[in-house]
Parts: sequence; C-alpha cells; structure tokens
Amino acid sequence: MSGIRQADSEGLSAEEAAQLSPEEAMIAGAEVDDVFIVHRRDRFPIAGTKAERRAERTIAATFLIGFLAAVGFIVVFCGAVPFEWRLPGTGSQDFRYFTPLLGALLGLALAAIGIGVVLWAKWLLPEEEAVQDRHGGASPLTEQILTSGTLTSGFEDLGIARRSMLKTTLGLAGGALGVVPLVALVGAMIKKPNRGPGQSLFHTLFAAGVPLVYADGRRIGPDDLQPGGIATVFPGVEGGVRASDSPTLIIRLRPGQTVKARKGQADFGWGDYVAYSKICTHAGCPASLYEQQTGRLLCPCHQSQFDVLQDAKPVFGPATRSLPKLPLGVELVDGVQQFVAKGDFPEAIGPAFWERP
Amino acid sequence: MTTSNPANLNQAPTVKGPRRFEKPTTRQGKAGKWAEERLGLAGGMRKQLNKVFPDHWSFMMGEIALYSFIILILTGTFLTFFFDASMTEVRYNGAYVPLDGVQMSRAYASTLNISFEVRGGLVMRQIHHWAALLFMAAMLIHMFRVFFTGAFRKPRELNWLIGIGLVTLGLVEGFAGYSLPDDLLSGTGLRIAAAIVQSIPVIGSWAEFLVFGGKFPGTEIIGRLYIVHVLLVPGILAGLIGAHMALLIKQKHTEFPGPGKTEATISGERMYPTYGMKAGGFFFIVFAVCAALGGLAQINPVWLFGPYNPAQVSSGSQPDWYIGFLDGSTRLFPSWEIRLFHHTIPPLFWPTLVLPGVLFTLAGAYPFLEAKFTKDRASHNLLQRPRDVPVRTGLGAMAITFYAVLLVSGGNDLIAKAFDISLNAMTWAGRIGLLILPPLAYTIVYRICLGLQRHDREVLEHGIETGIIKLLPNGEFIEIHQPLGPVDDHGHGQLGYAGAPVPHKMNQLGNPHGGRIRGFFYPVREKADIQAELDELAATDQATQSRHRELTD
Repeated sequence: MSGIRQADSEGLSAEEAAQLSPEEAMIAGAEVDDVFIVHRRDRFPIAGTKAERRAERTIAATFLIGFLAAVGFIVVFCGAVPFEWRLPGTGSQDFRYFTPLLGALLGLALAAIGIGVVLWAKWLLPEEEAVQDRHGGASPLTEQILTSGTLTSGFEDLGIARRSMLKTTLGLAGGALGVVPLVALVGAMIKKPNRGPGQSLFHTLFAAGVPLVYADGRRIGPDDLQPGGIATVFPGVEGGVRASDSPTLIIRLRPGQTVKARKGQADFGWGDYVAYSKICTHAGCPASLYEQQTGRLLCPCHQSQFDVLQDAKPVFGPATRSLPKLPLGVELVDGVQQFVAKGDFPEAIGPAFWERP
Repeated sequence: MTTSNPANLNQAPTVKGPRRFEKPTTRQGKAGKWAEERLGLAGGMRKQLNKVFPDHWSFMMGEIALYSFIILILTGTFLTFFFDASMTEVRYNGAYVPLDGVQMSRAYASTLNISFEVRGGLVMRQIHHWAALLFMAAMLIHMFRVFFTGAFRKPRELNWLIGIGLVTLGLVEGFAGYSLPDDLLSGTGLRIAAAIVQSIPVIGSWAEFLVFGGKFPGTEIIGRLYIVHVLLVPGILAGLIGAHMALLIKQKHTEFPGPGKTEATISGERMYPTYGMKAGGFFFIVFAVCAALGGLAQINPVWLFGPYNPAQVSSGSQPDWYIGFLDGSTRLFPSWEIRLFHHTIPPLFWPTLVLPGVLFTLAGAYPFLEAKFTKDRASHNLLQRPRDVPVRTGLGAMAITFYAVLLVSGGNDLIAKAFDISLNAMTWAGRIGLLILPPLAYTIVYRICLGLQRHDREVLEHGIETGIIKLLPNGEFIEIHQPLGPVDDHGHGQLGYAGAPVPHKMNQLGNPHGGRIRGFFYPVREKADIQAELDELAATDQATQSRHRELTD
C-alpha cells in the first residue's frame, strides 16, 4: 500500500508541492488518498458581509452562554447553594435546588458548546461534497495467493501434517493447560449446595418448638391479629430474621372462611390461623399483597396469585406450586399463648430447582 | 489497488510563491515537524483526516450509543471513588434522617452517602443512570436502522455479530450496575436472578451457590457484581466497540442510494474539519441531554425504597426498561413445570434463559439466514429502502411487535392500575397478543411495503399529481400529471426505479443535487439559491476542470 502511495505522490515533486497553497495541497493530498472533492464553495464568498458577521455573532453568543453556564455550575457547586439534606423544619430546604441546578447548568454549558460547534460547521465551514473510492472487499488476487502461500509455507515448515506425535502431545498439553483457568476460577468459587448451617435449599431455620417472632424479635400470639389480619413472622432463632428463606406469612382467617388442608397436613393450622412461606414458589419474591375478602395472595413481581382458602394453591400466573405450609402450635409464656412452629416446612420453600422432587 | 491519478498536478496552475517547508516558522508548523520526525505520521494521518463520512440523520443512533458509553465511563469513574461494594451490615446514621438507625449493607449506605453527602454525587449518579438507559436505547434503535436498511449484509456480517454482542453485554452491564446499591428494588431483582440461575436443569443449585457464594443472598454477590460492572464487562465492551469502529473504518459506511451514489464510492464530508466538528459537537449535545436529565428528572431514588430485605417488596416493582422484556416474558409464561423422575425443570427457566437465548441467536444468525434464502452472496455498500425488501421489513416488524408485547407485559401491573383493567385480563391479553400480533404486524407491514412500492412505480410511470384539474373538450375531467423525466409515445415515464426516494409532491421537485442539498429530514433550499449555485458550479467547473475528476461509475 505504501509503495503505491509513494508512486502517486511521485507525480508531484517536493518543490512542486511547496508551490501549492494549503487548499491546493489539501486537494492534491486528498486525491492521493482517493478522495475527490467534487464540490467546494465558501458559504460566504465575500468576507465580512452582514450575514457572515451575524452568523459569527450568533455562534459567539452561544459559546458565551456556555461560558456563563459553566461558571454558574462552578459557583453553585462550590457553595452558592447548600447541598446537604435536611429534614423539613430543621434547616434550609434550598438543597432541593442543588441537583436540578447542577444538571441544568451543566446541560446548558454542554449544549451551548455542542450547538455552537455544530453551527460553526454548518454555517461557516465551506460547503463541500467529497467522494472517496472504497477499495472495499477482498485484497487483489495476487495478494491473496502470495499471503496464502506464506501461510501454507510456514505451516509446511512446522510440519504439523507430518509430525503427528508433536501435534498430539502439544494438543494434550495445551488442552489441559486451557482447562486450568476454568478449573482455577470455578474450583475457587464452587460450593457444594445444601452443606453447612443455613445453607440448605430444603430446610429453613424453623424446627419443632422454634417461636414465631416479628421482625423486631417480639413474639406473636393468637390474640395479636384481628380476623382477616396478616403478619410477617420469622423463626425466633439467631439469624432467623435476616435469612432469605425465613419470611413467613401468618394469616388469621375471617369468620366463615375455611382452608381445605393438603393431605397429611390436617393439623398444620391452629384455630383460625394458618401460616405459609411468604417466598413465592415462582421466583422467590415475597408474595405479600393479601386480599382478605377473597383470601388471595398476590406476588407483585410476576403476578402469581395464591388462594389461601384452597391452602395457598396457585390460581393465576406463572407459579406452579402451593406455598409451603408451616405447622403451627402454641405454648404458654408467662400465662400468655404464643405461637411456635411444630416443625420445619414439610418441603423446600421458594423457587423450584432440579433436585427438588 | 487500482488507483489512477487523473489530476495533472505537474502543471499545477497558480504559483503563489515558494513556501519553505523544511524550516517551519509558525508554532503549529514547528510542532508538526517535531512530531513528524519522530512518528512519521504525515501520510497515514492525512488519509484518516480525509476519510469521507456520509451524512444522514439515521446514522446518529450509533453515535449516540458511543457517546453514552463515554459519558458512562466518565460518570462511573466518579462514582467508584465513593461507592463501597460491601455487604457488611452497618447501622445508618448519615444525613438522610428518615433512615437513621436502619440496618443496611455498606453498599446501600455508601449509595446514600453519594446521594446526600457527596457534593454533586446525586447528579453524577443520575447522569450515569440516564446515560445507561440511553446507551441501551440508542444501541437498539441503531440495530433497527441497520436491520431495516440491510446494512448488515456482506461484507458487514461480522460487525452485526459484534453489535449483537454489545447489546447482550449491555444488558448484563446494566443489570449488574443497577443491582449494586443493594436497595429493596434491585435486591428483589437479584432475588429473581438467583431463582433464574437456580432454575437451570441439572446444575441449577450448583450454579447458584457458585455465583452467590452460598445460598441467596450470601455475602459475596455485590462485590462480585461490582468487579463485573466496573472492569470485566466494560473492558470487553470497550474492546468490542473498538473492533466495531475499526471494522467501520476499514469497510467504510454504507450509504443510501441516490444521484451520484455508487457501490464503489462513498460521498459526503471529510472527517477534518467538517464531519469531525459536527460529530464532536454532537457528543456535547448528547452529554447535555444526559446532564439535564440527570439534574432535572429523578431516577432510581433508592432512599425511598429502603435497604434490601427478603421479607419485603413494593408493588409496581419495575426493572430498568431494557430488562423489561424479560420481566414480561416471565409474567406471560404459563405455569408449566416439568417433573421427571423426582427432578424438576421450573417454569422460570424457559422465559428467562431459553427465550433470550433463542432471540439473540436468531438475531445473530439473521444475516446468514437471509443470504441463504435469497441466495444473495454479493457485497453491498448501498442501503435498501425498507419498502423495497418487504419480507425483511415484515420480519423486523414482527420481531419488534413480539418485543413490544413482552415489554408492555413487563409493566402490565402498572397499566392495569392506571387504566383500571383487570390484571389477569392484561396477562391474558399479553399471552394472546404475543402469538397473534407479530404475524399480524408482518402481514400489515408487508402490504404497506407493497403499496409504497406501487406508489413509487406509479409516479415514475405517470408523473406527480399536480392537483390541476382540466376539462377536456368532450367534457371529461382529468388531472394533469407532471412527468419526472422523458416520456414515451403513450405519455409514460421512462425513468426506472433506482432504489432512491421518488418525489410524490410538486414541491419536492426542483432539486437537481439529490442528497447534497439537505435539511434535517428533507431538502430545504430556495429555488433561487439553487439556480445561483448551479451558475457558480458551472463557472467553477470550467475553471478547475483539469483538477476535478469526473465520476465515471
């Protein structure tokens, strides 16, 4: 390529090139690069006309607006407007203007420069149409043949076709080495599922005798909820409130509402109370919108709906499994009845996975 | 390389006196000589400075995407100085009093700190978020432009594939980024992501424990997402963008057909100075829009959501818009769970992993499929008008409709609430719409394309309707048509269709320069101007005939 360009440039000696005006040199240089300027005209052939000065003044005014906005940004940023958050009634609320002012001033400064530069190009630079040869696509055939020969020759020098022993052994070594980064990364990160305390997908921290508590640790008893009321409760053990599989919904049915229990779970409820895992069996969001009239629970993430009166069976949306039910019991604490779990959920809570039957 | 050098520069005309290049006198000249003696860039640099860029408004989409990426790097770097990607629990006692004393991760606390106590932190965070939304939107619209005009055809299939890679990684990058604050909204998103990973057949629970370092949420994920978000994916994105640009420079832009446009040439403005100035100015304008949005339009106010808590969720939880289509597909997919020999394939697997996999694979394969079915193996530098390829345009409309139904369904709860529609009805409308609307869109768009084609041919054959009604001696009324070119004995136009816009109205005539005289969307130029310009052009042409090459092809 460079050889050809030299040949082109040789049409013009350095002495001759030195005679050219910058514009002529630009045109000559462009032609060396196969760019042909087919149309070029000054926007203002006569310099200093009213129209030209007006255009220039407009652009200059735009830049000036940019300057003022940038200065304004610096002034606001450096303390002209307070920026620290204050509770209403505890100090100046002017901080509310800080971020909007910064955005507006920065936007104005940037827009002014951008618009000014574009106008400069559109109004003042010469109108020009250039045409360039693409020279696209594949290289000339000769190039292709020579390069192909170079590659083949090197390949033959290596003798990979003949030296199958080298090929095999290098393949083995390289292949094994190629697995090393994968092993290093995966091997370092991998963890056997379901091993260790609190790491099981099948079990939660609920167990026989574990008390049900609110998020603040207070215990909950049968007297705490009105009919139709619900509460989110957690296993009252260490880490119980923070664990992602803990949230459990305890529901006090309205008079007249009954739940048809699943097989083998007839004694899981307590009085008019039932408790289900709050973690949606679809994607694991908390299914927390409860409509007490109809007994329906809605998960706001993907709109799975569970009918509590049908024992939290999914009745709409993408969820396929009922919410697991917690066996409820009560114990007397200081003469007051308080809820305890009679055991863990009988099945894995939350979204399904391969190993779950 | 077949270069001809028609300009006879040896007889270069006007001599303006010798100019001494060996000893430059100006400061710029001295700097140039200093650099040239060390780098030898004169030839190569001039080639790039003279590179010709075509000018069309639809080509700005890719530019917007590129500029948003630069804005993201600038604002993102600012944010890294203050963000703490740690899941260690702390008790908040910062400036934002409503959350005083609340337990939260350091990630969330430092996001609050950026928003309330770092000077200008909030505006930077919001510019960053808006630029991310713009980045994804610009890439997608750029992709539509490339698709509907056939710019992906040979030789540009590789750049199409790189583009698909950029969109895919953009999704990952965006998701990783908005998950970092560890607020209630993004934490819910991560909870779903964990369920998605867990839904993979056979290795699901292993994969989840690997990614999260244990059972969700664990203590690792924010730190891991952080390095993915600030180093790994941006690095790959930057590399791919570099490759995208390098291929663009090597292969040059495509161009719409029109007078003087050929497959072998490209016409427009040279990079230096005109195009460079316009592009550079446009960067500032894109940045200005992001900055203004970042200051004036609140986005992701994490302090209102509170820290992540697995027991809580807000209704109307929405991901960023570019993840919305996956949320929609998940909402629409029926509750089909496969249970085999005590093992389960959860319904979540199909709409969140299989569907995007299929969509992106189809998109990536499209150039090759089209070449296979049309048997078109030629290289193309001139674009096609969407109407001229009705099947492709129809397929594109079909894909966009499919995507749009998913996107709308991603917010179907908000729509149900705003318009007081049953949520279940919205879900069913989405399910049915997903199957029925795309083929319908194909049919309609296909017919529209044929109609537009027919209209073009009609104008070429019979001329433009002038609106002038003529009464013939026999009492018949006819409308006079203005032919676009020479006509045959029957009065039918002889111009063929050349893939370029055909004027349909009288006031679109009188523009002999095709694409050169242009406004933003349409040519705008007074007739007198054009005449004056033509006169001048003729004069210039005579004067410098020896210097300017005729376009032979």
